[in-house]
Amino acid sequence: MADIRPSGYSKHRKKQTYTRRLGTRATPMQVLMSERIGGMGALIVIIAALPLLLANNYQYDVAITIGINAIVVVGLNLLIGYAGQISLGHAGFFALGAYASAILTARYGLHGALAMPLGALGVGLLAYIIARPILRLSGHYLAMATLGVGVIINIVISREAWLTGGPDGMYVPPLEVWGVELYGGPIWYWIVAAFLVLAVWISLNIIDSPVGRALRGLHGAEVAAEVAGVDTTRYKVMVFVISAVMASVAGSLAAHFSEFVTPEKASFFHSILFVTMVVFGGMASTFGAVVGAAVLTLLPQLLADFASYEHMILGLIMMAVMIFMPRGLVPTLTGLARRRGARR
Amino acid sequence: MPPAFVELLQFLFSGITSGAIYALVALGFALIYNASHVINFAQGEFVMLGGMITWLLLSHGIDLPLAIAGAVAATVVVGLALEKLAIEPVRDANVVTLIIITIGAGIFLRGLTSVTLGKDLHAVPAFSGNEPLELLGATIMPQSLWILGVTAAVVLALHLFFHFTILGKAILATSHNRLAARLMGVNVNFVLLLSFGLSALLGAVAGILIAPITATHFEVGIMLGLKGFAAAILGGLGSGLGAIVGGLLLGLIESLGAGYISSDYKDAMAFVVILGVLFLMPQGLFGKRGTERV
Amino acid sequence: MFKRMTTGLLVGGAALAATFGAAATAQAQDDPIRVGSFLAVTGPASFLGDPELKTLEMYIDRINGAGGVGGRQLELVHYDTGGDANKARTFAKRLLEEDEVDVILGGSTTGTTMAVIPLVERAEIPFVSFAGGVVIIDPVKPWVFKTPHTDRMACGKIFEDMQARGITKVGMISGTGGFGKSMRAQCLDVGPDYGVEIVADETYAPSDTDMVAQLTKIKNTEGLEAVVNPGFGQGPAIVTKNFAQLGFEVPLYQSHGVASKKFIELAGDAAEGVRLPAAALLVAEKLPMDDPQRPIVMGYKSTYEAVHGEGSVSTFGGHAYDGLMMYKAAVEAAGSAEPAAVRDALENITGFIGTAGEVNMSADDHLGLDLSAFRMLEIRDGDWVLVN
Repeated sequence: MADIRPSGYSKHRKKQTYTRRLGTRATPMQVLMSERIGGMGALIVIIAALPLLLANNYQYDVAITIGINAIVVVGLNLLIGYAGQISLGHAGFFALGAYASAILTARYGLHGALAMPLGALGVGLLAYIIARPILRLSGHYLAMATLGVGVIINIVISREAWLTGGPDGMYVPPLEVWGVELYGGPIWYWIVAAFLVLAVWISLNIIDSPVGRALRGLHGAEVAAEVAGVDTTRYKVMVFVISAVMASVAGSLAAHFSEFVTPEKASFFHSILFVTMVVFGGMASTFGAVVGAAVLTLLPQLLADFASYEHMILGLIMMAVMIFMPRGLVPTLTGLARRRGARR
Repeated sequence: MPPAFVELLQFLFSGITSGAIYALVALGFALIYNASHVINFAQGEFVMLGGMITWLLLSHGIDLPLAIAGAVAATVVVGLALEKLAIEPVRDANVVTLIIITIGAGIFLRGLTSVTLGKDLHAVPAFSGNEPLELLGATIMPQSLWILGVTAAVVLALHLFFHFTILGKAILATSHNRLAARLMGVNVNFVLLLSFGLSALLGAVAGILIAPITATHFEVGIMLGLKGFAAAILGGLGSGLGAIVGGLLLGLIESLGAGYISSDYKDAMAFVVILGVLFLMPQGLFGKRGTERV
Repeated sequence: MFKRMTTGLLVGGAALAATFGAAATAQAQDDPIRVGSFLAVTGPASFLGDPELKTLEMYIDRINGAGGVGGRQLELVHYDTGGDANKARTFAKRLLEEDEVDVILGGSTTGTTMAVIPLVERAEIPFVSFAGGVVIIDPVKPWVFKTPHTDRMACGKIFEDMQARGITKVGMISGTGGFGKSMRAQCLDVGPDYGVEIVADETYAPSDTDMVAQLTKIKNTEGLEAVVNPGFGQGPAIVTKNFAQLGFEVPLYQSHGVASKKFIELAGDAAEGVRLPAAALLVAEKLPMDDPQRPIVMGYKSTYEAVHGEGSVSTFGGHAYDGLMMYKAAVEAAGSAEPAAVRDALENITGFIGTAGEVNMSADDHLGLDLSAFRMLEIRDGDWVLVN
């Protein structure tokens, strides 16, 4: 049933692998155009140059939020774009990471740098346990099951007020490094940027690893791959766990950065927002994921001035982009650029 | 009557009433899914429009039956427009893209309603009064009887439609095999349009029926839409019987869970049951169990 | 020669500085005072944020029409949080850093208010919240004030009334939203002070459509003498209707969270006999002629209803009115909109009459209301009636 990957992307991918396997030297131009080197380089240049445009803490705040969302979306894109599995519950993992950091530091006095990996470990374990039964499901059933996991996490967080502060949320102590409190846009900008670059790097490496190749090989022929002896479930579980851990780390960052967490972070809408970012930017494109996160984080800020028309406009833009660019922003635009280049 | 029995009966009445509404919403999901394999996340907005437009017409002095008819008609028009403008142009896009389009449509419809009709809660009068009826010691509101009766009538009408009319059979045929249906001369686009219209009608009916109980509001469809989706999945996507059983079951789990276990965790319990069912029966209770084509 | 030149330069410089300074001051005098606000205009708490925003917009227009505050116009910068604390935080940063507001009025819910407090404390900008939670002002934060009664006071007022009626065994059914959850905790906490015992404790989710199961359980609790329902929005209306359906024989108390005509409209006949603590605004016409609050609440009510329709006034919009008027009074008392001066002036407000009651602020009380500001109301024939 429902294969959710866009058709056509596998051809392009396979070509790359063939080239590598045949040992043909790539031209410098091809290296620059490749996602791994050219894309990484472009991302780092953009991240390094962006602070020149940021005038105050609010603008840093938006940039940091983009970065945090992008980390989640890069991971989620591995799951949706490459493994072909949808998740409507990743906000749950995000929130678990955030609350792990909040609770361990505020209530048990742990250092934030310790709380974050502990949270990620816990979330990874949880994801690993539920991955097998959940990934047996497909299409909308999988969507429902992941949604259910997210909703249950949300309910537990808002009910157990003694631990989580309940629906009104709880404070998170500021992160301290060698007695210095980390506060303010610029510091957090670089922290989040480092994590984002790491996430993108991990993602690109996974895509080019045997796991990534196996996942791409599954495209449209899962049963054939299984018959050929590929343990498809194992790879899917792996990607599910990786994406959950990335969400958890992003959640921890968000908690320490904003010094406040609410159950809202685990809401169904937050999950939907992450998925929308993946699709908006373009499935199976790591940089599409970053662009999707950037556009959909900025949009509500830009629309805030339209007051009551905000939601109408947001809904219209979502529909229009998906109708006119069903493959997402980045693949559509690079497709256009490539065609124009070829014509020349 | 022993008090424990009366208590149980009260929980059952309450669960079946909510369950019938969930079932109507779930049927709307199933209809569209069958015709197009799209999950329409704007289904909850049809529910909201049904209630809000009924209130609007009532507040302009229009009689209840006429207001109901008007609200249903207007919602159906919205459903048709949604299909024509947003779904048909991208019918062959992948499933996630279609999901995002319907979510966008939901946000748009909520925004439009809040701008035009305001953000207030509005009361809609019960169809036949607020005098509770007593049955074996437990009480039930006349509006609940309306909900149960209309739901039963709708289910019956749908059954007749799908099994005894050419149009209904054409929709069924399309859901089984779109290509074959097209080859047999079924206008697939028309079937798709029809399924959105019908589904909007079901949503509007659900919204109108429940409005006197809960009051209506521009965001009232969010939760009802989600619960309807959960019910449709629980029963097995695309199965009409599944949608009805799934809806009723969901309502009963909630009320019995709140009554006997913990009201704090009744929503969580509903989702735990759904997860459990899916782990054991990956296609839901009544979903198609055939092997997938390779 | 040399000396004269230096003197000349100095004088010239001073003159220049003075001119610039004067220009700057003059400009500051002409510049509008920027009033920042973030409210839950959409989302589950929109019935709080919507009238609050309408009130701010309406009264800022009126104040500007009458010449502004201290000769300066007011300019409102508002963002809609949808009740989301994370959004509130981002918008608060935007207000403080980008819009450079002189004061923040708002925060419809306790959650959004609490999320913003660390920011305003760091930025040292006065902040007047319209939310109910007692945690906002207890412990006192230097820059944070609030206008509505606390949920703790609402519990106190309800239990005081119960004490007078000889009720001791109480069942609670609370919403699981921030408001219901916080008030439930406060009621459990102050109950013993009034000799009240909570014998049943149920909850419902804010978007639930049916609370019969929970109420059935409460009804079958041994020795039940009254039921309290902390919550706002559609929930309490459904609770009230289900309560009537099940034929309870004990009184039902609602909270100040439903203090608007809307509640009576939504609950219909089922609302008959329900009691709730609320501000005097709801019973403006029924206040004695010599009540000091009468002119204020009558004025606000008629102004609001002239624009938004008969019966549209709620105590929630009143919180915004109180906040804005208190800020106006503080700026006038301080003689400038300079944040530190305004903060001090806010803390020294005494004898201010608002829609919530008489406000007497101090360094250790940033609310300034007492229980007497609350009135116990009962719903009779579809209208509010003062009890006692």
